[in-house]
Amino acid sequence: MNWILDHIPDLLAASGDHLQLALIPVVVGLVLSLPLGWVANRWTVARAIMVPVSGLLYTIPSLALFVMMPLLLGTKILDPINVQAALTVYTVALLVRSIADALAAVPESVVQAASAMGYRTAGRFFAVELPLAVPVLVAGVRVAAVSNISLVAVGQIIGVGGLGYFLLHGAQTSPPNFQEIIAGIALIVVLALIVDGLLALAGRALTPWTRQQVGRAGGGRRSRAVVVK
Amino acid sequence: MIEFQSVTKRYPDGTVAVDALDLTIDAGKITVLVGPSGCGKTTSLRMINRMVEASSGTILVNGADVRAQRPATLRRGIGYVIQNAGLFPHRTVVDNIATVPILLGTKKAAARRRAEELLDTVGLPRELGGRYPAQLSGGQQQRVGVARALAADPPVLLMDEPFSAVDPVVRDDLQEELLRLQSELGKTIVFVTHDIDEAIKLGDKVAVLRVGGTLAQYDTPATLLAKPVDDFVASFVGRDRGYRALGFLSAHGAQIAPLSTVPLGSPVDAARAALENGWAVVVDEGKAPLGWVSSTSLSTVEGELRSADLVSGGSLYAADAKSGSLRTALDAALSSPSGIGIAVDSDGAVAGGVTAESVLKALDEARRSGGVPS
Repeated sequence: MNWILDHIPDLLAASGDHLQLALIPVVVGLVLSLPLGWVANRWTVARAIMVPVSGLLYTIPSLALFVMMPLLLGTKILDPINVQAALTVYTVALLVRSIADALAAVPESVVQAASAMGYRTAGRFFAVELPLAVPVLVAGVRVAAVSNISLVAVGQIIGVGGLGYFLLHGAQTSPPNFQEIIAGIALIVVLALIVDGLLALAGRALTPWTRQQVGRAGGGRRSRAVVVK
Repeated sequence: MIEFQSVTKRYPDGTVAVDALDLTIDAGKITVLVGPSGCGKTTSLRMINRMVEASSGTILVNGADVRAQRPATLRRGIGYVIQNAGLFPHRTVVDNIATVPILLGTKKAAARRRAEELLDTVGLPRELGGRYPAQLSGGQQQRVGVARALAADPPVLLMDEPFSAVDPVVRDDLQEELLRLQSELGKTIVFVTHDIDEAIKLGDKVAVLRVGGTLAQYDTPATLLAKPVDDFVASFVGRDRGYRALGFLSAHGAQIAPLSTVPLGSPVDAARAALENGWAVVVDEGKAPLGWVSSTSLSTVEGELRSADLVSGGSLYAADAKSGSLRTALDAALSSPSGIGIAVDSDGAVAGGVTAESVLKALDEARRSGGVPS
């Protein structure tokens, strides 16, 4: 425990870096995925191309993507942008499909009604389609966030890895410093659990209607039955 | 007023949904478009607010070509009620209703106040305002759909099979409610249905369309039933159209004969003495009919007349000219155990009785005096 107690400030600072490296790509990826997912849902041809391509992107090994980034972006090898850009690619790869599916699941009668009320395309997207896509969207964002938090550690191979530093450093010390390695792993797991929990809470707060289903409406997930006369 | 001038809808694959339709829809009335599936009734409706664009021809709403406005602007001025209500699941009832006023720039608080008033208008308790659509029954959702369409007070209301997904009892309520609303609001309503009974009940005028999108007949419901222009319309309006046509003739013409009545609780002997042609009506203190007694039914009864001793009655009909029709009068006579239909006044008290013969006589007189379209 001595090593951990001596290095608490280092561990906290690295945790902060780690979160930043993992979550900024989630936000950027989400913003990029929304129009892409909308396009994929809007045109069958676009979907037929975009969904498989994004699936393919996700299969690229993270290490390969990290080392390719300086070549693709022209950045310095130690620039944190390399890691963040690569993780943004993964986030987009995960979310394009989520968003396209979520939008496709919005009932056609609701979309038609929105148009008939006088919504234009953009207004309808933000006022009706996107809010209704939130439950599926949040599920996708949770996967992307947790996946990014674990992938950041791999970035340590190119020198930018948040808590990954302790994994690599601990392993390269002779003899290996297991306290250091375990502290790194534990913090990564804790961060992932906290972020996942917060996102789940945010998702619930954004979708009060999903908790108000009556049995008749198909007994939505974790529905609390409300008796209506 | 809405005018279709030679309107055609042809889809890219060559299907013609609506073929050179000419139709003038009266302002302030309910016009029903009815026909079998594939007759283009919904397409015609949706061309009015440009949810479907016409391939050729012109649609005028109050004299203005619908194409003169951007679709979204046009639609904000036309109420639209869709099958299954099409409510926004993520918005409360009040926020659903407030949709169009907010799109038109009304402040949120004012739009919500107006939405609460509209709950009263469509006969829903205000407590429902904070609920989500999934917490309402089908009938309640449909009422919210109507309230949402009325929220910006549009002169024109388009209703696309709005009541077809609810059960018959609720549908009946919703139809009555719509007629009541319309008597207060006087909107120009275009209503699409595949149900001819609904068309006849609701329509001031009914347009029967045939497959391929042409107009077969456009008339008042009474004329449609009495004088279908061809076999297609005749078969579409149905087998018992002669009987249903009686619904458009006032019961006023049917002669009401006095009926012998006995109060509940009378001695059985008094009831026996009151029988006329073997029957008498048993009434409560308010003279409302409870059932019949006959010589047969009284033969085994002693002491005072109790409700268990009564023969249950048939349907009743209102004798006042406004609500009673020859159809309800005839049904009262045919469904009565004594063969005499009971007419009640506006308080529900027995006014007299009619026989099927007197109903038919009234029909005969109405025919001769031109009361029946011919």
